[in-house]
Amino acid sequence: MRDVAIIGVHVTKCGEIWNKSFRDLFVEAGLGAIKDAGVDHIDSMYIGCMSGGLFVGQEHIGALMADYLGQAPVPATRVESACASGGVALRTGMLDVASGHSDIVLVGGVEKMTDIGGDEATYALATAADQEWEGFNGVTFPGLYAMMAVAHMHRYGTTPQQLASVAVKNHDNGSLNPVAQFPMKITIDAVLNSVLVADPLHILDCSPVTDGAAAAILVPADRVGKLGKKQGVKIIGSGHATDTIALHSRKDLCALEAVSKSAAIAYAMAGKKPTDMDVCEVHDCFTIAEIMAMEALGFFEKGKAGRAVEAGDTRIGGKIPINTSGGLKSKGHPVGASGVSQAVEIVEQLRGESGARQVKGAKVGMTQNMGGTGASSVVHIMEAM
Amino acid sequence: MPTARGWREYPQRYRYEAAVCKKCNKWHFPPRLICDECKGQEFETKAMKRSGKILTYTTIRVPPAPFKDQAPYLVAVVEMDDGPRLTMMVTDYRDKELKIGQRVKLEFRRLSDDGDAGTINYGYKAVPV
Repeated sequence: MRDVAIIGVHVTKCGEIWNKSFRDLFVEAGLGAIKDAGVDHIDSMYIGCMSGGLFVGQEHIGALMADYLGQAPVPATRVESACASGGVALRTGMLDVASGHSDIVLVGGVEKMTDIGGDEATYALATAADQEWEGFNGVTFPGLYAMMAVAHMHRYGTTPQQLASVAVKNHDNGSLNPVAQFPMKITIDAVLNSVLVADPLHILDCSPVTDGAAAAILVPADRVGKLGKKQGVKIIGSGHATDTIALHSRKDLCALEAVSKSAAIAYAMAGKKPTDMDVCEVHDCFTIAEIMAMEALGFFEKGKAGRAVEAGDTRIGGKIPINTSGGLKSKGHPVGASGVSQAVEIVEQLRGESGARQVKGAKVGMTQNMGGTGASSVVHIMEAM
Repeated sequence: MPTARGWREYPQRYRYEAAVCKKCNKWHFPPRLICDECKGQEFETKAMKRSGKILTYTTIRVPPAPFKDQAPYLVAVVEMDDGPRLTMMVTDYRDKELKIGQRVKLEFRRLSDDGDAGTINYGYKAVPV
C-alpha cells in the first residue's frame, strides 16, 4: 500500500445559500480544490452525501457531479454513511490511491439542506437512526443525543453549563472563520436561555441545518510536488468502525464505542497517541457529542471532558485545541460535506494557513467524523510533510 | 406507513414478540436472523413481560412531521425485565417527576397517523408505575 497525501483543499461558504444549487456548491468546492492543488486532471472521484434524495430529490450523485465538474467519464462514486459520509468518502479515496489504482483522486462532500422545511429536514436527519425501532416511536435526532446527555449528566455530573461552554468555545473559533455559517460569539447564558429542543439540549447546543460543500485532492505521498504544486499533508492514520444502529442497543449509553475503535485503529497505524495531537476537528453535531467523542478519542478520562472544556483546555492555545474551524456548531453542518470540511481545516492548520485561528507550530492533526448516534465513526490522523 | 410494513411489524408492536436465541438464551427485540452475541441462527418466539425501567429520557419539543400535533412529549430508553432495550414514548405522566430507574409497564396505544385518510399507527408506550 502506498502512503497518501492531500495536496489541495477547498470549502465553500456554509449557510443558507439560496442562490446556489446542490450541484453548483459541489462544483465550486471541487474547482477550488483542483486549483489549490494545481493538478491538470483527476483519475476518480468520491462524493460524500447523506441524503440527496430527501433534501433535494436527487440520487445518482456520482455521475451528476462528475458531469458538472467537467470530469466525465472518470469513475465517480457517491459514498453514504449518514453524517459520516464525508469522512468515509475521504477514507475510500485514500484507499483508492493507496492501492495504486488511481494517482489523483478528488474527494468531496456536499449537502443542500435548506430547500425543504424544518420538519422535513428533521425527518431526513432522523433517518440516520433506526427508523423502524426509534423513529417510529417519535424520537428525533436531537432527542437521541439529549438522552445520551441525560445519561452522561446522571453518571458523571456533567452540567448544562459545561455543555454550553462547548458551544461558546466553538462560536469563538467560528468568529475567526470566514466560511462559518454563524460566526457570532455567544455566551453561556445565551445558550442556557435559548429555546429547548430536547431537554437538556437547547437550540444553541445543536448544530444548524446548512448548505455547503468541501473537496480535497489526494495523491501518492512520494509524488507530492510532481503531480501538483502545493505542500503535502500526509494521511498517516485512518480508522473506521461501526456500532449498533439504535442507541438503545448500546451496552453503555455514555460511551461511543465506534469512536474508540476507529481511533485505536488510526492511532496504531500512525504510531501516535492522543497527546501527540496538536489540533483536532471533532464531530460536534451536539455539544454532548463533542464531550463524549473527546473522551472516546482518549483526550480526557471518561466523565471529565465537560470540566476540561469549562477550564479552557480545548480552546486555541489550550492543551488540545478542538474544532478551530468553529466545528459543526458554528461553521455549520452540511451533513455529507462535514467530514471533508474537517479535513480542509486540518490541512490548512498543518500548512500554517489558518490566520487568526492558527494553532502555533501544529504538525500533527486529527479529524473525527461520525454518523447517526455514533453507529459509524471514521478517524484520520494527518502530518505536515 | 406502507400496509405490508405495518403488517410485518404487528407481532412486535401488538404482541411484544421477541426472538430468544436457542444457543445463548439472549432475547432479541426486534427479532434478528443472527444472534449478535453468539452468532446462533435458531430462535424461539416468546412474548416479553410488559415491564421494565427507564435508563434515560428526554422531552421532545421539536417533533418530526408525523408527531407534529403531540409535542411536547416524553420519550425514554426502557430496559425490559427480559433484557431487550427499546425506545418509546412515556405517557400518563409529568416530565418533572420522571427519573432514571423509574419502573414502567408497557401499554398498547395510538402513536401517530398518516394524515386524515391514512393508516393509524399503534404500538407500545411506557406508563410509569
